[in-house]
Amino acid sequence: MQLHLAPRDGLPIYRQIVNQVKYLLAAGRLAAGEELPPIRTLAEQLVINPNTVARAYLELERAGLVTKRQGSGTYVSEIRSPLRRTERLRLLADRADALLAESRHLEIEFDEVLELLRERAQAMSPKEPL
Amino acid sequence: MTTLASNSAPETVVSVSGLTRRFRSRLALEDLSLEVTRGQVFGLVGANGAGKTTLIKHLLGLYAPQTGIVRVFGLDPVKEPANVLGRVGFLSEDRDLPAWMRVEELLRYAAAFYPRWDAEYAERLREQFQLDPRARVKHLSRGELAKAGLLTALAHRPALLILDEPSSGLDPLVRREVLEAVVRTVAEEGRTVFFSSHLLDEIERVSDQVAMMSSGRMVLRGELAEILEGHHRVTLRFPQPLGQAPVLEGALTVQGAGREWTAVCNGTLPRLSAAAAKLGAQVVAEQAATLEEIFLARVGSGAACGESVEA
Repeated sequence: MQLHLAPRDGLPIYRQIVNQVKYLLAAGRLAAGEELPPIRTLAEQLVINPNTVARAYLELERAGLVTKRQGSGTYVSEIRSPLRRTERLRLLADRADALLAESRHLEIEFDEVLELLRERAQAMSPKEPL
Repeated sequence: MTTLASNSAPETVVSVSGLTRRFRSRLALEDLSLEVTRGQVFGLVGANGAGKTTLIKHLLGLYAPQTGIVRVFGLDPVKEPANVLGRVGFLSEDRDLPAWMRVEELLRYAAAFYPRWDAEYAERLREQFQLDPRARVKHLSRGELAKAGLLTALAHRPALLILDEPSSGLDPLVRREVLEAVVRTVAEEGRTVFFSSHLLDEIERVSDQVAMMSSGRMVLRGELAEILEGHHRVTLRFPQPLGQAPVLEGALTVQGAGREWTAVCNGTLPRLSAAAAKLGAQVVAEQAATLEEIFLARVGSGAACGESVEA
């Protein structure tokens, strides 16, 4: 698991970790059952406060994305998201609104936005071995 | 806030309340209050001359409070210096190490000073920091001096590590080594770090709690994540150009011209959008504010003392 922090972008570091782990999950770069690095290891690797890593892991755990196993470590959950479907759609609707608003400001047609989404989805899906 | 050492009730390591200090007629510290609990990294932010070092000298018992109370491990550092300093590792900004000593002599000297000195750990740090035991302190480079100072601060495994501007004048490589040492110190159960810096990205990286000082006063203090999430940079667009900056509720600073104005604000986004709508403006861009923007906005606006963040 490789994370890259941008300390100057204003997002708290724990949130950057949460977002990047979510992205890695969505991109299939973290699979169910896979272990996340121990808190101290990740803290030393990224040169950040271990409490911050603990907080990010707690947040991921609360979202049901990872599970802490007593005395061993933190693992990617088998069941991806326990959130109800309507709840998940509601979360996504906010992001869709933001995207649509932005595209209107930038004068990008709706069809072009759809096309872009399709392109990005393709770029994000795990690559087939050559 | 979850800390690695949070098995029991949070234990207060440092507490300062109502601390005021004058040097002749100049007010150096004005009614400062703060609390640091065990296992936290507390970052003190402020420009040069804000009073950071004066505050730290009170924690070390080098200054007696004129008004207010200072406690470290629940003790008065002025009355019980041995019991406080024996458990504190300190790196001063001017790294005042005896110049004539060799590195190996410095280590023996420090070992005699601290009953809990861990010679094995000291040797490990010396190797890791690549300090020549035969080198004289006066011949060390700035970076080596900082590392030698850090070594003596760390090798007795202090319960509280106090660093005054640890990165001042250091190159990025040595800065990183100093930060790594801070991270490792907290990773060891229950250790607490109090450090001052004017480098906000450094504070942003390693702190749990942040206090911002300006001209001896505390302008903002709270949990770092809450401070970051409680502030936004929003750009407003008005239907007509404005001749002067709009007065936006929650805004700490407003800059811009004509139709578009950017504000660094304290408050939730829905509230800021509502405030903008009241002015007939629309929020056209919104971003998380960086600690630096928040600091500049807070210090610039001379916000109220010790005000806490609205989540």
